Amino acid sequence: MFSFILKKIAVILPTFLGVTLIAFTFIRLLPGDPVLLMAGERGMSEERHAALMAEFGFDRPILVQYGSYLKDLFGGDFGTSIITKKPVFEEFMALFPATVELSLCAIFLAVFIGLPAGMIAAVKRGSAFDHVVMTGALTGYSMPIFWWGLLLIIMFSGILGWTPVSGRISLLYFFDSVTGFMLIDSLLSGEKGAFTSALSHLILPSIVLGTIPLAVIARQTRSAMLEVLGEDYVRTARAKGLSPKRVIGLHALRNAMIPVITVIGLQVGVLFAGAILTETIFSWPGIGKWMVDSISRRDYPSVQGGLILIAMIVMIVNLIVDLLYGLINPRIRHTE
Amino acid sequence: MSEVARVEEQQIVEDSRPAGRMALLKEFWSYFSENRGAVIGLVFFIGVVLVAVFADFIAPHGPNEQYRDAFLQPPFWQEGGSITFPLGTDAVGRDMFSRLVHGARYSLFIGCVVVTGALLVGVVLGLVAGFFRGRVDTLIMRLMDIILSFPSLLLALVLVAILGPSLTNAMIAIAIVQQPHYVRLTRAAVIGEMSKDYVTAARVIGVRRMRLMFITVLPNCMAPLIVQAALSFSTAILDAAALGFLGLGAQPPTPEWGTMLAEAREFILRAWWVVTLPGLAILLTVLAINLMGDGLRDALDPKLKRS
Repeated sequence: MFSFILKKIAVILPTFLGVTLIAFTFIRLLPGDPVLLMAGERGMSEERHAALMAEFGFDRPILVQYGSYLKDLFGGDFGTSIITKKPVFEEFMALFPATVELSLCAIFLAVFIGLPAGMIAAVKRGSAFDHVVMTGALTGYSMPIFWWGLLLIIMFSGILGWTPVSGRISLLYFFDSVTGFMLIDSLLSGEKGAFTSALSHLILPSIVLGTIPLAVIARQTRSAMLEVLGEDYVRTARAKGLSPKRVIGLHALRNAMIPVITVIGLQVGVLFAGAILTETIFSWPGIGKWMVDSISRRDYPSVQGGLILIAMIVMIVNLIVDLLYGLINPRIRHTE
Repeated sequence: MSEVARVEEQQIVEDSRPAGRMALLKEFWSYFSENRGAVIGLVFFIGVVLVAVFADFIAPHGPNEQYRDAFLQPPFWQEGGSITFPLGTDAVGRDMFSRLVHGARYSLFIGCVVVTGALLVGVVLGLVAGFFRGRVDTLIMRLMDIILSFPSLLLALVLVAILGPSLTNAMIAIAIVQQPHYVRLTRAAVIGEMSKDYVTAARVIGVRRMRLMFITVLPNCMAPLIVQAALSFSTAILDAAALGFLGLGAQPPTPEWGTMLAEAREFILRAWWVVTLPGLAILLTVLAINLMGDGLRDALDPKLKRS
């Protein structure tokens, strides 16, 4: 197991270096040099420009610059925002819990609906339920989620007036952030109605963000279950007279879970991509909206830092999923 | 019928199939048409293609033609609507129906360009990686790993930020983000084919490398690539619409569906049709292509069949 872990980490390191190289190159591919970018539209004199180039070290050879960029990264310095003048890492961390809270709710929704739906569809293959689930899943998979979000707003906020349109909590409530998760913080604050307000703000974005993972999980569960249900050991279990519940719940489900867990792990990237759109629609103050805003504000150091931090998180989560996969399925860790 | 039995049956059918293109097509169609959803998807898709081709004849008005006496007019079946603007008008008095019809052109164009670009580059890189193995392979595959470690939409977003927001740049960005999938598929298929007897035979009789790569081996790797092409056609349309929606794809007044949605956002609670219709167009087109993709996968690639 230990060598399996080492091997996985050995593969990820060069990829990580590549990611830093891309982020490093990114800011240099933009028209104009970094100092001019910082100056923005005001512009600056030749001397000031040269002085700043020297101050930030942009006049050094490119390799030296990359070296010091890497050194900064490993020291936890992800650059400074041009707009707010705050460290990018600090900004990222302040907004990150909002995205995590939203993503967790979305993935819970996806798993709790997608898994049973896929399972029942497989067991009742060919039934009306199966057709409905599969049609629904393919529709969800084809959904432009930015439009889906707008539709839900029209329906639930506009016509029915059940949920608020944007933000994380009503402005009526104000309390200190303890965990960064609004649901927990609102409970801790003890203010009446705060939790309900936070929850009602969270529901629509979670549905929107969870739609594609839900569809993927339902499809994957169904196909994995179908495959497992055709295996010999399931037939054996049935033949020796185990109840269908036991055969499906214990023998089949366990083995069908392996590909499903991988798929759930792979949704992290999908969630980040979805968060960009979902957060923009619902004005959810998280990483996705921050990235879009940073791009439109031309705050390139923030874009650069955010890009690398998100890639890091996706890589780490994928690594954990890989390791878990090896843990559940010994065949994987021994053949690789 | 179990998975194994089905695969075996498929192989028997394949082995005894008569030669000739027509027969192959016929066989393909018999598998494809088994899947009712796929046929519905195909019919709808052909409809969209026809609409796109004949947009100039179908659309009653120009896509950017403004009627200053008809702002936000509802569709004809609602009060205040008229048959002149069958699906209503948008905030600056343009006919929704005409814009949607012309939008089909953009979506199909985006899908075609992105898939062609990603497919060409991806297949060449995948062939090179699979044929030469060793360092070249490692280098190419690591590069693909790097691209894949970014969430695709995020990377596309950043690429567009560098290149500048426009439809062309959005297509380039999406193609770059999608091609690693083709590289991986091609490489895996090539490595699988390389150990087969026909490749050894071709080598023994001295077939040159380029011919071996592109004419001997590549056609046998096409099945998963075609399936992937169908699926990434729909992803391309979705991603381009998402970029358009974020203001980083096609720029107004282009009647691209995602861009139309972005323009309509502020009228969301006042005029349902300007928001609902472009999204519905995206959803239905993407859904049709995905249905077709599922059918293609079942017909071409029994190993990938998800029963």
